[in-house]
Amino acid sequence: MADAKVIPFDDDRSRSGGASRPARRRTGAGGGSGGRGDGPAAPVSALPGAQAPGAAGPPPPEAGGAEYGPEEPGRAASGPASDGGWERRIAGGLAFLRRRVTGEYEVDEFGYDKELTEQVLMSALRPLAEKYFRVEVKGVENIPSEGGALIVANHSGTLPLDGLMLQVAVHDNHPADRHLRLLAADLVFQLPVVNELARKAGHTLACAEDAQRLLETGEIVGVMPEGFKGIGKPFGERYKLQRFGRGGFVSTALRAGAPIVPCSIVGAEEIYPMIGNAKTLARLLGFPYFPITPTFPWLGPLGAVPLPTKWTIQFGEPIPTDGYPQEAAEDPMLMFNLTDQVREQIQHTLYKLLVQRRSVFF
Amino acid sequence: MGKVVLVTGVARQLGGRFVRRVQRDPGVDRVIAVDAVAPEHDLGDARFVRADIRQSALARILAEHAVDTVVHLDVSGKALGAGGRTTVKETNVIGTMQLLGACQKSPSVRRLVVKSSTSVYGSASRDPAVFTETTPPKSLPSGGFAKDAVEVEGYVRGFARRRPDVAVCVLRFANILGPRPDSPLADYLALPVLPTVFGYDPRLQFVHEDDVVDVLRIAAGEPRRGTLNSGTFNIAGDGVLLLSQCSRRLGKPTVPVPLPAVTWVGSALRTIGMTDFSPEQIRLLTHGRVVSTVQMRETLGFRPEFTTAETFAEYARSHGPGLLPPQAVGRAVDRLAELPLPGGAGPRERGAGAVETTDGAR
Repeated sequence: MADAKVIPFDDDRSRSGGASRPARRRTGAGGGSGGRGDGPAAPVSALPGAQAPGAAGPPPPEAGGAEYGPEEPGRAASGPASDGGWERRIAGGLAFLRRRVTGEYEVDEFGYDKELTEQVLMSALRPLAEKYFRVEVKGVENIPSEGGALIVANHSGTLPLDGLMLQVAVHDNHPADRHLRLLAADLVFQLPVVNELARKAGHTLACAEDAQRLLETGEIVGVMPEGFKGIGKPFGERYKLQRFGRGGFVSTALRAGAPIVPCSIVGAEEIYPMIGNAKTLARLLGFPYFPITPTFPWLGPLGAVPLPTKWTIQFGEPIPTDGYPQEAAEDPMLMFNLTDQVREQIQHTLYKLLVQRRSVFF
Repeated sequence: MGKVVLVTGVARQLGGRFVRRVQRDPGVDRVIAVDAVAPEHDLGDARFVRADIRQSALARILAEHAVDTVVHLDVSGKALGAGGRTTVKETNVIGTMQLLGACQKSPSVRRLVVKSSTSVYGSASRDPAVFTETTPPKSLPSGGFAKDAVEVEGYVRGFARRRPDVAVCVLRFANILGPRPDSPLADYLALPVLPTVFGYDPRLQFVHEDDVVDVLRIAAGEPRRGTLNSGTFNIAGDGVLLLSQCSRRLGKPTVPVPLPAVTWVGSALRTIGMTDFSPEQIRLLTHGRVVSTVQMRETLGFRPEFTTAETFAEYARSHGPGLLPPQAVGRAVDRLAELPLPGGAGPRERGAGAVETTDGAR
């Protein structure tokens, strides 16, 4: 999350990034919080020089709902749009803070804290998605507006930033405000702090039980079947899909009758070009790999700053799974065929997007 | 002919409440209450027999009173009064063996209800988020009460095989809370300052003592139409609370302790006799545990009156607020809200980075 502070590196915010995206911003998404729009997000986007009002500026307040406070001349510089909700936003923030400190908020059985995710975690990730990686989202209409669906995506980038960006992309672009529930590796749930945040952000362990439970309750579940093989592959093998596990995700989707939405993520491969793997160190630390990039670990923490690549997330045509008989989930042949079909579709879309891409960074 | 119910472990609050309640049931003729120590509370018209279930006196009692329903509640994590872990373990395991041996010899026994615990599932980072009755534990509990419960259930399964004519019901209770709970978790919650495991926020489930008594009655009686009361059932209130929510709702400050040091703090607390901070307790407070209650609703036909949150609220009410009562904390936030606008931006520490950037923008 400290990554939010690296926005100034982003020198091309005047490019199409902000304007071309369907600008569905989260104004007043906080439900009962009385229209507290984006907690800490708005101030972050109000960086010096970051203003291109209307394109990348803070969200306009809803008409009518705004109570204009006495305007201070100093603040008028940031555009009148951001001022209206100021007082309201503080009130909303305090209501939020009050609920947090008294423990009066709800979590589901997976530990998913919707309020915290919407108000804090998403807001912290959003600048990274919108300003830093300038994620372009295509085909979001392929995600159903209701009912369960399984989004299957490629995995890359040494650190699972692609999962987090996918989560932001689904939530911010989908008209039905859907939340992505990611399935994460067990390593995530072994690490302190990480596991706490992952649970609160709605992630859960990648196992058939959890996936099926989520799909049956009508959630959108995100899975990256390549796992560590995909995220920890050397830079030379970028955009070559690895083996898709044992295809467990297909049988889970079949059991739940949920469509499979293939998803291709371009740009994540280059954020940390992994040129080496310190295997001994990895074994020592208990990690599946220990990446060596041109900057990491040579430059220390600075080397951990991802390269500002331009990302594209494309959701493909959903593959229905409800036409199969009950026992289909046990049929290994069908599993392999469907797994291959999903894999092929993702790989093809990856190649297509790569051909269209002008440059890694723009 | 009415029923004769034998209840073990009546010297505890829960046993006493169940005895008082079950004798009012119309189908019940007589209640035989058994424990090694005389209870301090009233048992109503029940006949108290002082017997140690670790000895073989039970067969005689079963025969003498022609008992047809046995409710075994003497499986618990904490010694009653003095007596260490060894006594508890003996009562749990040897006591159950003796009781089952006596039941097997007794032709009159028709129904056996055993109190178990959801701790049989263990608690590990690789476990699925929600346990169903059939989920195999990823790592079997290595000691403490959880291991007792696993062994007790093993003996009960053996008994069920040998006596297929006896209806056996195993109830796996989540953490039981009530006005006067006696469980290690309740002891923990009674500490003035709660030590927590740094970087983990476990999901907890509670069940109210009233619901425990109700479900025991359902299990001990004849099954109602369309329900089945033999088998294994998870019993828990709806919903989930995080430990952070619990501490805030109780108004108790927490001290996060890094995982390796937790064991030392635990043994230190155990040495001064404040609480039983066993390894399994620490694991529960690290990874948490949530069980599915679908079987309880659909097969057993029991709907708990209290949700997890209501159970906890009830507990918090009867135990008074801690050092930081939630009302006072809430008032403090409200006072912040009343501050004039420039100061009003102060309380937004939650997005600490965001506040700084805002100030820079002005």
